[in-house]
Amino acid sequence: MTTINRFVPFVLVIALVMFVRAPFMIDAAPYESTMGLIQKIFYFHVPAAMMTFLSAFVCGIASIFYLVGRKRTADHIAVAAAELAVVFGLIVLVTGPIWARKAWGVWWQWEARLTMTLVMWMIFVAYLLLRRFGGAGSDVLAAAVGLFGMALVPFVYWSVNVWRTLHPTTNVVISLPPEMMSVFGWCAAAFLLLYLALLAVRVRLEVARAALEDAFLAVED
Amino acid sequence: MSVLAAAWLIAKKDLVVEARSRELAYTTVFFAFACMLVFAFSFVRDGRALEGVPAGILWVTVTFSGTLALSRAFERERQGETLRALLLAPIERAAVYVGKLLGLILLMTGVEVIIVPVIGLLFDAPIGRAPWLLAGLLATGTIGLAAVGTLFAAMLVRAHSRDVLLPVLLYPIAVPVVIAGVLGTAAIFAAEPNLAVARSWLAMLVFFDAVFITLSLWTFGPVMSE
Repeated sequence: MTTINRFVPFVLVIALVMFVRAPFMIDAAPYESTMGLIQKIFYFHVPAAMMTFLSAFVCGIASIFYLVGRKRTADHIAVAAAELAVVFGLIVLVTGPIWARKAWGVWWQWEARLTMTLVMWMIFVAYLLLRRFGGAGSDVLAAAVGLFGMALVPFVYWSVNVWRTLHPTTNVVISLPPEMMSVFGWCAAAFLLLYLALLAVRVRLEVARAALEDAFLAVED
Repeated sequence: MSVLAAAWLIAKKDLVVEARSRELAYTTVFFAFACMLVFAFSFVRDGRALEGVPAGILWVTVTFSGTLALSRAFERERQGETLRALLLAPIERAAVYVGKLLGLILLMTGVEVIIVPVIGLLFDAPIGRAPWLLAGLLATGTIGLAAVGTLFAAMLVRAHSRDVLLPVLLYPIAVPVVIAGVLGTAAIFAAEPNLAVARSWLAMLVFFDAVFITLSLWTFGPVMSE
């Protein structure tokens, strides 16, 4: 864990540099044919969505490890991943409607992918609420919730291809022209580095909190 | 003792207790009526329900009364401190889960048998149009809700703030089931019914049920071993 923590400042600096350059790259990227300027939210919206899904998977897998082996490290990672899923999910759910308002004319539409993304986000908010207000033993219960949250992620991804609706399908990213793909790749990499750094920092915080709690309990005994 | 035999014993125990007092049955049915009443006043214009609304009212009523029945069924276990006894019994953990699930499904089926004709009556919904399909949708939807609900209600029995945490945890995860149920039922009730669409939603519900029951069975053991 300490070796990972030593890398965090470097990763954060690299991510910062990439984020500083990103707006210039986005500005230079070509316009999409129908939507004009507003489409460029895509370069932040989609990487944020990818990080949300990644975080949901990390939380789910860590939850499985915690349910099976009761290893505390798994629990720490699960909590950190759930929090980051909520944060990045919030970015997706805010940038999405901004884009939608201009592109589709409505702030929100109850169609497959939007609904399922909102639902998935709410599951991880519920995870955090359970841990905060559930009292003793809620770490194991929350692990079960995290597992269910992860199980829903494939539905979110697959749903848009099954129910063809307003939201662009999953073919968009694969079929980007090279000038757009390079900008998208840059932003995706920046988000990934930021995510990994935040995850490491949050896990370290959680480890410290648990150690403090153990110390309190030891003093009480 | 096999898992199913033990599960049936547990379910029978719940049914016998319920048959003696009929507390859950009466109160859940009347709660469902009260729910329907509130929605009637919200969605009725000029004495008739808005287009497509009866399907939604049916499923919201099922969801809310199911949640209530869940939390009160496990409250009974908590008060008698019988949940620990169940977990100590020499049966598989899965049997406890399946037993409670069966009991809840039977209770909810009883409630729905009463509610569906009432909704058909009050909101002029064509419940007789495709009765087996409607029954299938309700059955699979109820099983899906009950599968996740039983797991979470059992998990939360000893938790703090359990009354509000059960809906907070259950509803987001049960949303796919509710969506499939409502859209399938609406396809049956529509002015131009589309039974093929309803059947595809039924297939989706069967799939959700399989996933949810498998996940719940798998998680029940580790979660309840405290």
